[in-house]
Amino acid sequence: MSNMNLTLKIWRQKGANDKGKMVEYKVTDISEHMSFLEMMDVLNEQLVNTGEEPVAFDHDCREGICGMCSMYINGEAHGPDRGVTTCQLHMRMFNDGDTITIEPFRAAAFPVIKDLVVDRSSFERIQQAGGYISVNTSGNTTDANAILVPKENADKAMDAATCIGCGACVATCKNSSAMLFVGAKVSQYALLPQGQVEATERVKNMVAQMDLEGFGNCTNTGACEVECPKGISLENIARMNSEFLKASFKG
Amino acid sequence: MSGLLKSSIGRKFAMALSAFFLMFFLLQHFAINITSIFPDNGATFNKLSHFMGTNGLVQYVMQPILIFGVVFHFVMGFILEMKNNSARKVSYAKNNGAANSTWMSRNMIYSGAAILAFIVLHFIDFWFPEINTKFIQGDWSGLHDGEFRYFHELQHKFVSPLRVGAYVIAFVFLALHLLHGFNSAFQSVGANNKYTRGLKTFGKIYAIGIPAGFIIIALFHFFNH
Repeated sequence: MSNMNLTLKIWRQKGANDKGKMVEYKVTDISEHMSFLEMMDVLNEQLVNTGEEPVAFDHDCREGICGMCSMYINGEAHGPDRGVTTCQLHMRMFNDGDTITIEPFRAAAFPVIKDLVVDRSSFERIQQAGGYISVNTSGNTTDANAILVPKENADKAMDAATCIGCGACVATCKNSSAMLFVGAKVSQYALLPQGQVEATERVKNMVAQMDLEGFGNCTNTGACEVECPKGISLENIARMNSEFLKASFKG
Repeated sequence: MSGLLKSSIGRKFAMALSAFFLMFFLLQHFAINITSIFPDNGATFNKLSHFMGTNGLVQYVMQPILIFGVVFHFVMGFILEMKNNSARKVSYAKNNGAANSTWMSRNMIYSGAAILAFIVLHFIDFWFPEINTKFIQGDWSGLHDGEFRYFHELQHKFVSPLRVGAYVIAFVFLALHLLHGFNSAFQSVGANNKYTRGLKTFGKIYAIGIPAGFIIIALFHFFNH
């Protein structure tokens, strides 16, 4: 396959309080082997060379584990491929002559900082509200392996813990709900004995913080599960729901 | 327990509980209506209707709960829709919802609104006259010209092709609503066990079967009056 010429429609916004708009750009000679971010690098180099302001976008590891990249590409979080973040999306998913629409993750709880960069610190505050366990590290710590964990639960907890907190679930959800993220973070502890001690307060506090941040209400469309680069399952939301209800009835 | 309804999960739970009640009611309503196509000229239907229409428990306990359930479900539905809309201030220039979710799941507010419009028509057709006859005129006999009136009233309503058409369309929307709603309700209460898979299949059968049954009843009376 020969290299591609593409039209890009990109959301440009100078700052958090500025009004943004979609701006059209052309890029040429894009290799199908490039990642989406490499294609963006080509565009930015082009913009710098012509004296224009490059497009700001989040990225860090570029190997799909840090959760920084966050574009809404052609109407889908992290683009049309499944199980990948934007940095791992290959240009071979597109065709020569395509027009690609690129927008920031949109949610009231994810305000735009600049162009395609959004503020996802609302996720950090949810984590701080209860996404941890308290362990004594004064020198008499117990070996974690001394506590027996059923294999199935350990696997499910690990699956939940693979959430990288990128926010694709929120961006995709028609209600901008964060329940897949919070469900995963609650589940990874709820499934393990170490998480039981603070289980009641954890789920109540994390859900309270989630509501406070202005995320929407889950209506179980399941879109988050499909778009999640780590394949976090809806089971985690069901588990959070039952954990929350148990905790609420307890008092 | 305090503040449960103020939380997003609590509201979701309440939405699911009212949905369970409404789905159970629907099943009960269907079970009685289907007897109207029995070849006994409405005898069974009349008997059951008279029982439901005059039984104290049904009239004074179940009926108010039902009305509360209906009102709660749609008021909460609208509140949630408004809250969810405000959770994204700037909408996407391009959004490919069909890539990751069903049409039914994304349009519950519209299928719900269609069902609500139907309920208004249904109340005008059946419920308001019932309330008028029993609670205002005080006639609890269930009789008209010495015969049970229920079956004749039912037949009379399915003469107009316009009304039958409206009923059929409404039940199509009900099926669409239930195709997402049935399993959504179980997910909301946190159901996640070995029965979940079977429940999904049952949900689909229920969601299509019950509305289809109501459509068959309406068409049966339309062609056999």
